[in-house]
Amino acid sequence: MSSPTTPSDAPDLKNPVPRGPIPTIPDEKLRPEVEITINGKSVSIPEGTTLLEAGRKIGVDTPTLCYLENLTPVNVCRICVVELEGSRTLVPACSRKVQPGMVVQTDSERVRHSRRMVLEFLASSVDVSTAPELQSYMEHYEADPARYGPSASPASPSERDDACPGEHSAPDPATAETVHQPTKIDNELYTRDYSKCILCYKCVEACGTDAQNTFAIAVAGRGFDARISTEFNNPLPNSACVYCGNCIGVCPTGALMFKSEHDLRKEDTWNESEQTKTDTICPYCGVGCTLTLHTQENQIVKVTSPLDQQVTNGHLCIKGRFGWQFVQIREASAPSKPTDAQEADT
Amino acid sequence: MDLYFSHSDSTEDERSAVDAILGPADSRWMGGHHSTDLDVRTAATGHTLRAKRHHLLPVLHGIQSRLGWISPGALSYACRRLNVPPAEAYGVASFYALLSTQPRPPTVVHVCDDIACLTRDADEICHTLEATLGPAGTPGSDGQTTWLRSPCLGQCERAPAALLSSAGLHPWEKVLTETTATTIMSNLSSPNGQPTDEPDCFLPSVSAPQAGQSGLRLLKRIGTANPTSLNDYRAHDGYKALEKAFEIGSHQVIQEITHSKLVGRGGAAFPASIKWKAVSEAEGPCYLICNADESEPGTFKDRVIMEGDPFALIEAMTIAGIATSCERGFIYIRGEYPLAIRRLENAIEQTRQAKLLGKDVMGQGVCFDIEIRKGAGAYICGEETALFNSIEGYRGEPRNKPPFPTEAGLFQRPTLVNNVETLVNVPHIILEGGATHASIGTERSTGPKLFCVAGHVKQPGVYEVEFGVTLRKIIELSGGVAGNGNLQAVLLGGAAGAFVTADELDIPLTFEGTRAADATLGSGVVMLFDDTVDMRQILLRIGRFFRDESCGQCVPCRVGTVRQEELLHRLNTGKTLGSPKEELVILGELGQVMRDASICGLGHTASSAIESALKRWDVFGSGKQNP
Ligand SMILES: Cc1cc2nc3c(=O)[nH]c(=O)nc-3n(C[C@H](O)[C@H](O)[C@H](O)COP(=O)(O)O)c2cc1C
Ligand code: SF4
Ligand code: SF4
Ligand code: SF4
Ligand code: FES
Ligand code: FES
Repeated sequence: MSSPTTPSDAPDLKNPVPRGPIPTIPDEKLRPEVEITINGKSVSIPEGTTLLEAGRKIGVDTPTLCYLENLTPVNVCRICVVELEGSRTLVPACSRKVQPGMVVQTDSERVRHSRRMVLEFLASSVDVSTAPELQSYMEHYEADPARYGPSASPASPSERDDACPGEHSAPDPATAETVHQPTKIDNELYTRDYSKCILCYKCVEACGTDAQNTFAIAVAGRGFDARISTEFNNPLPNSACVYCGNCIGVCPTGALMFKSEHDLRKEDTWNESEQTKTDTICPYCGVGCTLTLHTQENQIVKVTSPLDQQVTNGHLCIKGRFGWQFVQIREASAPSKPTDAQEADT
Repeated sequence: MDLYFSHSDSTEDERSAVDAILGPADSRWMGGHHSTDLDVRTAATGHTLRAKRHHLLPVLHGIQSRLGWISPGALSYACRRLNVPPAEAYGVASFYALLSTQPRPPTVVHVCDDIACLTRDADEICHTLEATLGPAGTPGSDGQTTWLRSPCLGQCERAPAALLSSAGLHPWEKVLTETTATTIMSNLSSPNGQPTDEPDCFLPSVSAPQAGQSGLRLLKRIGTANPTSLNDYRAHDGYKALEKAFEIGSHQVIQEITHSKLVGRGGAAFPASIKWKAVSEAEGPCYLICNADESEPGTFKDRVIMEGDPFALIEAMTIAGIATSCERGFIYIRGEYPLAIRRLENAIEQTRQAKLLGKDVMGQGVCFDIEIRKGAGAYICGEETALFNSIEGYRGEPRNKPPFPTEAGLFQRPTLVNNVETLVNVPHIILEGGATHASIGTERSTGPKLFCVAGHVKQPGVYEVEFGVTLRKIIELSGGVAGNGNLQAVLLGGAAGAFVTADELDIPLTFEGTRAADATLGSGVVMLFDDTVDMRQILLRIGRFFRDESCGQCVPCRVGTVRQEELLHRLNTGKTLGSPKEELVILGELGQVMRDASICGLGHTASSAIESALKRWDVFGSGKQNP
């Protein structure tokens, strides 16, 4: 962010400005510091921070999947677990608050075992092909998802949505069960491929009180049949969804995807290394959200917003997220690669 | 909240099912039919609206028992009334096994095929029902009936068991015990759709074989006092403890609990006094919850108390509530216990009328009242933080701890949660004094203890002993090994417990004794298996149980329980991926991550019983697991 505005370079306001300094956010340091030990090193960190932040302060890199700075921690993926002296079980670094005298190991055999197993569990049941971060963790922790057997064949449409809690058919000993299923394509803006869903709850949080307050989606079902769903698996156009795309913005696996990206990937022309990212300000309203335009071959292929951007915290509305087709209609030159959405519009 | 409700119009029937629980809608905003003056004059928003969410599960129960399923129209109307987002309400409805989000015939037979019933031919019942009604979950030929396999129904002493439930204007429920496929079918085919014989009855001599013996504490009134009469309860020393509690005062009550060294009987064995103290010292409103979810396979002691001596639980909760300054108590009871629910409702009604509950308990100027909340078929809701979410109208997913319930529990308020058996110890402690209670049993396991003895035993039932007796003694007390008389295995502590062999009968059944033997007391399950029992089937059933009952929130348990069940099936069919030895190593690794990294006790213990068996026996002909 830019440096705080000083009175001298402040805009010349017509209205009188109250005297005195502009109030700022209280300094972090005002919170009392807590002393803890991580991997033998002592760390001093303000009360109320998490073990994850404490680790980051001394350069300990802890993997996370369900954690995101702009969402309330749900601590469900358990990839971030660390060993805490005196605790029978491992504890999630992303949500466990520091307490004086804690002694923590972040790379012990037990920790590595749990992280490897969590990754194997995910990769053996979920399609992680569009989750680069997760793949890099797998490499680091030497996860071998193949050792649970070949993947079972994908479920038929809505089969997983119709599962009854507390019931399942006997497993097939020859295969490993997965969440693979057909992609849900029910609108022109984004697709939902729940074969890629690791059930990190991020989209639910973004749709709920952490950002959008629309509550169009929630977790339904129980156990391995738990899934992200609208009520009665209604298609999105028949749900509360307002297409803000904030769920797409937080999804770590590509389960939720711009239709434009989905189509290019289907054509096998999605090329991330060729893409450029340009920050701009959304032209629609006075809020002034920062948009990051992802362009490939001079076409906008998706729009995100930086997580650390104070106006948006990474969240947008339907206009900023999806309403950029008009940019591309240039004189005498139709878009070279029209998406379905555009075809339908013309 | 600005919520969107789908266009699914509700029918008269659907609305009346919801209104039966919530009363009529007071305005069109709330989904009411007619505009009234209220429509333009009021706007119920903010806390007023949000505070209604805890009615969600009772409303869903109401819809299910009227319509036989949670239909889109009914859910939409319920959401409007309660201001709950439909997607979230659907998430709740689709969490519970007793609720259906798809059309289902009105009459459902839930047949227990869990481990105790397996030893008593539950499989045969299932096969017969499959032949007569069709595959589980599909409507029978008349479209009015279907059947489902169920986890333990908490009737193991009278296995095999089934729960019949019928939806409609006059819904009914009935538990069948020591049942057969023929009995089930005749109950279904009765002409008026009502069950044929007596409503499910409680026979003290069957469920608590010691009934009437002297020297009992917890089972003292079972079979001697009429469980439906407050007067009879009072004639059998009832409410003497509450009187004494008022005499000695709250501080002293908690002192007595501390001296008694009472620890929780729900499975976690946590000292009761620590929780009581914490809640009594907390400021502002606090809650007391009696955990009567009792869904651990093989456990039925809480049911026997609630059916046989319900007033004792009400008195105990009153003492606990007043001592810790909770004005409100909840009994969270599993939905599969219709008789216990009726008896508790009756007991609460009578005690309210006698002013032993309510605004002025015993004329002492203190307020305490109790509300019953029904579970809907989810083992995980017995976990205390999942239980809070369930009451609050959220999915029964456990919360991360800390914060602990005594800091932030139900509705984020300090909450005291105790098991039924833990609580019914309280009146005895108050009357006899904490020190006397502490002198019973061993140094670290004090007082009387109930055991749920079932399976291949001559006289199954709930037995009360003083802590310290050995497993052998319990088996003798219950008449010895039945079946073919050759004991193969004993399961201690339920599906989350551990198996021991016939050579380990000298284990003292105390918290420390079982721990030393690498087992657990858990919820007091002692289930016997003779040597004709195919242990493979037992382990497969336990594997299935955990896969079905995982809430699905955290990765280690959601996927781990699936991989564990698959692995057991590979061992069972001999179609192993690597060598059987390698499979056993993977099994150990699965167990390790579930124990280490899961959120709650379900994941932590999901592999315990299975691993304990594979360490003791070569169940699958694949060798034993290294201890
Ligand atoms: C999966 C799971 C299921 C549980 N089910 C029950 C139950 O049905 N009844 C119960 O009293 N405690 C149950 N518990 C234990 C409770 O979380 C809690 O420890 C207990 O109710 C506290 O009461 P106590 O201290 O009197 O034992 C369960 C725990 C777990 C992890
Ligand atoms: S697009 Fe926005 S409103 Fe729609 S589901 Fe995603 S977060 Fe919710
Ligand atoms: S769809 Fe994406 S964000 Fe939502 S739970 Fe699945 S992986 Fe997480
Ligand atoms: S351990 Fe299992 S039951 Fe417990 S929170 Fe995790 S998934 Fe749910
Ligand atoms: S990142 Fe901590 S549990 Fe998921
Ligand atoms: S009632 Fe069937 S196993 Fe308990």
